[in-house]
Amino acid sequence: MVSKITLEVFRYRPDQETQPSFDSYEVPCEKDWVILDALNYIKDQIDGTLSYRWSCRMGVCGSCGMMVNGEPVLTCATFLNKFLPGPVKIEPLEHFPVVRDLIIEMSDFIGKLQKVKPWIVRKEEKSLEDGEYIQTPEQLGDYKQYSMCINCMLCYSACPVYGLEPEFVGPAVIALAQRYNLDSRDQGKGEREEILSQDDGIWQCTFVGECSEVCPENVDPAGAIQRYKVAATNNWWKSLLMPWGKSE
Amino acid sequence: MFKSSRFPIYYKGHPRMFVKDKPIFWWALKWVHARFIIRELTSVPVAFYAIILILQIRALSLGPEAYANFTNWLKTPLSLSLHVISFLFVIYHSVTWFNLAPKAIVIRIGKNRIPGLVITGLNYVAWAIFSVAIAWLFLNLDNLM
Amino acid sequence: MDNFSHDVLIIGGGGAGLRAAIAVAEINPKLNVAVISKVYPMRSHTVSAEGGAAAVIKPDDSLDHHAYDTISGGDWLCDQDAVEAFVNEAPKEMLQLEHWGCPWSRQDDGTIAVRPFGGMKIERTWFASDKTGFHMLHTLYQTSLKYDPIQRYDEWFVTKLIVDDGRCQGAVAIELATGQVQAIAAKSVVICTGGCGKVFPFTTNANIKTGDGMALAYRAGVPLKDMEFIQYHPTGLPFTGILITEATRAEGGYMLNKDGYRYLQDYDLGTPQTEPVLRSMELGPRDRLSQAFVKEMEKGNTLEGLYGQFVHLDIRHLGEKKINAKLPFVRELCLKYENIDPVNEMIPVRPVVHYMMGGIHTDINGATPLPGLYAAGETACVSINGANRLGSNSLTELLVFGARVGSVAAEFASNQSDYTFDMAYESITEENHIKNQFFKEKKNQERIADIRKEMHKTMEEGCGIYRTENSLLASQNILTDLKERFSHVAIDDHSRTFNTELVAALELSNLLDLAESIVQSALSRKESRGSHQRTDYEKRDDENYLAHSLAYQEKDNKPRIEYLPVTITKWPPGERVYGR
Ligand SMILES: Cc1cc2nc3c(=O)[nH]c(=O)nc-3n(C[C@H](O)[C@H](O)[C@H](O)COP(=O)(O)OP(=O)(O)OC[C@H]3O[C@@H](n4cnc5c(N)ncnc54)[C@H](O)[C@@H]3O)c2cc1C
Ligand code: SF4
Ligand code: FES
Repeated sequence: MVSKITLEVFRYRPDQETQPSFDSYEVPCEKDWVILDALNYIKDQIDGTLSYRWSCRMGVCGSCGMMVNGEPVLTCATFLNKFLPGPVKIEPLEHFPVVRDLIIEMSDFIGKLQKVKPWIVRKEEKSLEDGEYIQTPEQLGDYKQYSMCINCMLCYSACPVYGLEPEFVGPAVIALAQRYNLDSRDQGKGEREEILSQDDGIWQCTFVGECSEVCPENVDPAGAIQRYKVAATNNWWKSLLMPWGKSE
Repeated sequence: MFKSSRFPIYYKGHPRMFVKDKPIFWWALKWVHARFIIRELTSVPVAFYAIILILQIRALSLGPEAYANFTNWLKTPLSLSLHVISFLFVIYHSVTWFNLAPKAIVIRIGKNRIPGLVITGLNYVAWAIFSVAIAWLFLNLDNLM
Repeated sequence: MDNFSHDVLIIGGGGAGLRAAIAVAEINPKLNVAVISKVYPMRSHTVSAEGGAAAVIKPDDSLDHHAYDTISGGDWLCDQDAVEAFVNEAPKEMLQLEHWGCPWSRQDDGTIAVRPFGGMKIERTWFASDKTGFHMLHTLYQTSLKYDPIQRYDEWFVTKLIVDDGRCQGAVAIELATGQVQAIAAKSVVICTGGCGKVFPFTTNANIKTGDGMALAYRAGVPLKDMEFIQYHPTGLPFTGILITEATRAEGGYMLNKDGYRYLQDYDLGTPQTEPVLRSMELGPRDRLSQAFVKEMEKGNTLEGLYGQFVHLDIRHLGEKKINAKLPFVRELCLKYENIDPVNEMIPVRPVVHYMMGGIHTDINGATPLPGLYAAGETACVSINGANRLGSNSLTELLVFGARVGSVAAEFASNQSDYTFDMAYESITEENHIKNQFFKEKKNQERIADIRKEMHKTMEEGCGIYRTENSLLASQNILTDLKERFSHVAIDDHSRTFNTELVAALELSNLLDLAESIVQSALSRKESRGSHQRTDYEKRDDENYLAHSLAYQEKDNKPRIEYLPVTITKWPPGERVYGR
């Protein structure tokens, strides 16, 4: 016989109520089920009004992040039976305004992504006829880790600084800026530094390190931020001591 | 703020969103957050040390009597316990700082990246060497003079 | 821009949609181009493609080789002029993506690395370890942010195309966050909404792959081409349907039956070697491998699992180092979802619905028969994939035809006058229509999940890897019945804010229409070709069926099938030979 488990799910229906509440649902706890399967079971069989985002069910689209028992996780990559005997508490990602039920408002994050110019900036473009830019596996390795971000925003939910200071550009976006800064094809470091060195940029981070702990893709945004700080400090000293030199 | 999405309209017909209030002691609810607050607080003892140093120099400049008074105060239980607490905080600050060093510094030899543990280890070794050197300097100060 | 009127409207923010948007912005920066997508663009299903994208770049390769592999792989149902254009433009498009920052895997000297892939005679598949689609999509998305003319409607769900004055002039969509229903005008409209794997229960496709765009076009009178051709991928994880990429076999993985025997040698796919041999054994085309599985199952040589029959994919002999370097995502997926480590254990796999060769009928530039309406990507059928797509051609197709369609749609838009319909009227009419359809109390109320489940069942049973007249007729009847039941669907959720149940209902109505067109097309094609295998007509029949099927929606909502001859340029139909 399949055991059962209770899910306590955060509900917020702005059309009908001003305050959120929790609904309890009892679901079967199948061996292969992830949390997301249980939510789908609820939606299909018990309560069609439960709302949440999901798509790939293979941990790569980044839609299904939620707080499970207080921790930010991808619900499609978290097995249900880990939480036996239950109950399991499911809430929307922390630190974001909630649109409805488990769906958070993410346009703040989307806006910040664009702000750091996440594209290759070149003074001179190489023409396509001249083939590819040469990039050795080691050069690729320099930024590869930072290019693995799936924009799931778990790191924002884990970051107390972002919780206190929503202006903070935050872990994933800084890692993305680093992804381009460290790419041998890119020449846009300077432009990005103007943005990242502002008040709400890297200096907000006091190194809690929790962002790297929760990241499902081992992007290590905390490391990206620290590396960036060192680089920015070096640049600052250089420009102070050798104002005639060009900053990188 | 950004143009590519239809940001303003998003809010227009939109029913209110729910924003959670942060309780004052939110950071106490989770160990990582408590750790974060503690680390933020370590800045206080660091400042405390700095002030003591300034006061000490000031006492020195005021003459031998003032300096003696000051060193006597340093020996009071209050001052000693403050020092012990500060010392622990500063150690905590330093340890967390060193553990983070490999995140901030990437060194390559040829094709290989130096592993984080080595960088952390080197930092600790440097720390130990400096501490021993300073301690030696102090303990032998009288002999040298 | 707040007046909901654009020059070019692109429906879909996946690989094809974003590539098209960038093409428009580059060709004519004065044009106002909007991308509308039901999920944030980087969530689109292109993100989950693993293996790679094909384009000729190495000196020992040639465009003709790539074209021939594609055409023979497609069992000669590909339009050869389209294939030639495709292989021609592929290298340039892939390089373009490299210049935009895609982290392609490299050789030691820093040039692009390529890997072998199923059905390809020469190694020509570019890859970004085994997250190729992910990197391509994020590169395209991030690059698109630099073009000011590109505007976005994120999380808007398109429900209808607007056709007025004989041309397509826009679409009606629901803004999910607010529930507002809004008509959006455009001088040209491009559909890039991806495939419809969700017609089937067991698929590698994401929840969002419900073929909405195909249904939109179909209802607007545009025919769907070659809908009977559905690709099963031979290696999906049981239960989840998560794909284990073909690259696993390309790197040297073995397919083993319950006795540990490389059974593919019994199905005219060559003789086993230790090292992978191109166009042979495990590197045969997907349709043949999936069919071999069914035959093996009938012989009782497969293993019995909790979720049906399976065989083994064995990569243990590759060793941990190679697995980590070339197939890290495969290892991660096995560990995360199947709780096995492929370094020490064999991976259980079975065929799984993967890709739609068919789609919206377009010409070689992506134009549909309806003026002002274009399509590209998996949702379109140009057709370069014929009766069976070769692995790693689809990602490249997104780029090549995304760019092409962008340029023709831009040109068309430049020469059009403003829209002629009444925006407020269109918005309100559609809103009322949706409310009437789903928000009313009904007798014998039906649940979405039940109807969906039965559709899945009948499609798998009647229209799977092997089909017969009887199985298809049975499916056809059940689908008619399900459509009738669908009119009694009522949903619990009547709220305006992020009504995901409403979205699911709209998607199901799309899936039902598509399922019908698939079954009807399969019934009409009385031959076996590529992925369409009829046990009652086992041979390919070039005399009668060297032609594309076109499914039109009739007044009674039933499909009517017509045929259109295949374009042949250089490669007359021949035998498909693998491993010999
Ligand atoms: C697991 C997997 C692995 C694969 N691996 C490979 C591979 O290695 N090589 C290869 O060549 N191919 C591969 N493919 C195939 C290839 O990835 C797809 O064919 C391709 O990504 C489809 O891209 P697309 O742009 O057409 O659509 P998608 O990426 O699916 O995008 C569809 C877009 O349309 C939007 N949309 C849909 N409906 C609506 C609506 N009603 N309103 C508004 N917006 C809508 C969606 O939001 C989305 O943005 C793989 C496929 C899968 C499933
Ligand atoms: S850095 Fe990691 S946790 Fe943060 S958004 Fe990216 S993948 Fe998610
Ligand atoms: S559903 Fe895509 S990451 Fe979980």
